[in-house]
Amino acid sequence: MKIGEIKELLNAELLCGEEYLDHDVFAACCSDMMSDVLAFVKDQGVLLTGLLNSQVIRTANMMDMVCIVIVRNKVPTEEMIELASDTGLVLMRSPLRAYEASGVLYYAGLGRREEDG
Amino acid sequence: MAENIRFHFDVDGENFTSAGEASVAVKKKLRQLGFPPDVIRKVSIAMYEGEINMVIHADGGTADVEVTDDEIVIILADHGPGIPNVEMAMQEGFSTARDNIRALGFGAGMGLPNMKKYTDEMNIDTEVGVGTTITMKVYL
Repeated sequence: MKIGEIKELLNAELLCGEEYLDHDVFAACCSDMMSDVLAFVKDQGVLLTGLLNSQVIRTANMMDMVCIVIVRNKVPTEEMIELASDTGLVLMRSPLRAYEASGVLYYAGLGRREEDG
Repeated sequence: MAENIRFHFDVDGENFTSAGEASVAVKKKLRQLGFPPDVIRKVSIAMYEGEINMVIHADGGTADVEVTDDEIVIILADHGPGIPNVEMAMQEGFSTARDNIRALGFGAGMGLPNMKKYTDEMNIDTEVGVGTTITMKVYL
């Protein structure tokens, strides 16, 4: 799925990284606990979170993720936007709640296991 | 490689916002040096967790990274409270972090287990009231 499609599906506002909207991603994870993201995530390109601090951007960077979606229209700090921009990450915010946003992306096929149809 | 490459960082214990900057810098340098992505990821995640730990628990410290012909060595040293029970601290989910740290997305008790998981060797040298030095190696 293209990052641009994620933006459309989640009705999201792009905060930085417009040049990467054409990039493909294959899976996503949703968590407010960065320790868990660092522990369990593997090759997942998108992070959905309601957590707002600079460690969200660094965690995504460490995990080679390419896109962060802030849920519930929370407003990230200027520092987060700047860090994301410097790191080459797409940062967007969506009015959807974490559960809804995850569901929309999963239903649209992002990271969906084949056996789930 | 003719000479080992070394990086040294002081980790500021006062500032949670800047925690992880050393790991980001190391990741960038390893990328420039052309290391494979999986090696870079292992080193940077292990170091990042360690850096966060130093900020949360030990009021900062130092981080040293040495790249040799066959391994990358990360040494994280602090003068924090030390770890009273290393075996317990190594269990997934065990954490002494306060709630304010959890609110920041850390303190799930995954830091040390993650550091072990992502490295080939890890040694914890700790003394209560004196400090902790963690040495990790990722083989090349």
